[in-house]
Amino acid sequence: MAYFDAASTEPLHPQARQALIAALDVGWSDPARLYGTARRARLLLDQARAEIAEVLGARPDEVSFTTSGTQAVHLGLLGALQGRRRAGRRLVTGAVEHSSVLHAAGTHERDGGAVHTVGVSRTGAVDLAEFEEAVSVPGTALACLQTANHEVGTLQPVAGAIDACRKAGVPLMVDAAQTAGRLAVPAGWSVLTASAHKWGGPAGVGVLAVRKGTRWRSPLPEDEREARRVPGFENVPAVVAAAAALRAMVSEANSEMARLSMLIDRLRTTIPAVVPDVEVIGDPVERAPHIMTFSCLYVEGEALLTALDALGFAVSSGSSCTASTLRPSHVLEAMGVLTHGNVRISLPRGVAAAEVDRFLAVLPDVVRRIREDAGVR
Amino acid sequence: MSNPRETAPQPSLTIDALGKKCPIPIIMLAEQINQVPMNAVVAVLADDPAAFTDVPAWCRLKSHHHVGSYELPEGGWAIHVRRNY
Repeated sequence: MAYFDAASTEPLHPQARQALIAALDVGWSDPARLYGTARRARLLLDQARAEIAEVLGARPDEVSFTTSGTQAVHLGLLGALQGRRRAGRRLVTGAVEHSSVLHAAGTHERDGGAVHTVGVSRTGAVDLAEFEEAVSVPGTALACLQTANHEVGTLQPVAGAIDACRKAGVPLMVDAAQTAGRLAVPAGWSVLTASAHKWGGPAGVGVLAVRKGTRWRSPLPEDEREARRVPGFENVPAVVAAAAALRAMVSEANSEMARLSMLIDRLRTTIPAVVPDVEVIGDPVERAPHIMTFSCLYVEGEALLTALDALGFAVSSGSSCTASTLRPSHVLEAMGVLTHGNVRISLPRGVAAAEVDRFLAVLPDVVRRIREDAGVR
Repeated sequence: MSNPRETAPQPSLTIDALGKKCPIPIIMLAEQINQVPMNAVVAVLADDPAAFTDVPAWCRLKSHHHVGSYELPEGGWAIHVRRNY
């Protein structure tokens, strides 16, 4: 199978697998206790924390581990809003953020808070002028922006957002889920979130970093774990594996991301040349190195995914027929681009160029057959 | 009572794609737009949320003009498209 769905989850890095197996044997004990095996687990946990913090540009004591990237976003966003309650109850966010951000914003709204959603361009980048204006409104407690969009790959103007927030005295939460381990994390965030399985670590490890001096209060019942930021017993072996994956990913990132980016360029330029009536979506230059998305006119997304799966390609789609909600992706809607016949390709590390070429070879016929079956001339 | 025809221009052709999932409303539109004269308006009646985004996107890709989308009292929209060529 050609696996082209790294933005959903990157396959476990071999070094993470090795680290996980080793840590299951030696890192199972309770890191909060004071006997030998417990101290060993604590040491492993704190080493992993220091390594991950360094890559993300954080201090180790600013980093807590959650049970997922989604939980990191929920806690990061609601905790920062809680901590800034006296400053105001207004949240500013982008229209194409991950659903975990939208759902946490929904919770905030139901709790009486206000949410301002900044619109995006046709390529999916937030309007920086509107963002600047929105964060400067008095009573703004927090702003939130992703580094890159998870569905179309477009990079967000995070540096500009950081400047705007600094000027306005508003903390910025940066969701780095799609780029951590692949691209440098921009400095200047107040809260940072990421997810280990997106960089080749195991599932079940999210990262929540809260910058020193940022007001933050847990929205959940008190717990002693993870600097009181995340409740529950730490998954030490998985955190150790997450750190090993990040270390390995970053050490290869310079050359591997350049290679993946060239393959994405090949897909972006070749697909519209070999398939008629296709829209390639997202920014061609300001984008994550491994993600591209296109939509085919007159084609049902589910039929396209099924046909590609039968040919051995694992891809994802934002079309409504592929979603449990039967609604098109909020990202594609906010961008105003075609939502049907949508395919996202996201390349994992080490993907063979020949697989990308095979995809380009079979795609025209797949699309032609689906259109024929639907009676499109 | 709100009637789309009170706020929208009278279309030359109405395509009833209510209850049809995307891409069927778009396929119907592409098939039938050439039945109206140049500069005339086609109304696509659709209630699949995808159509609300996809008909205007189709217009942009195919260089036709999206005149506007008007809510229907029974749910869905009348999405008006002007034939440009």
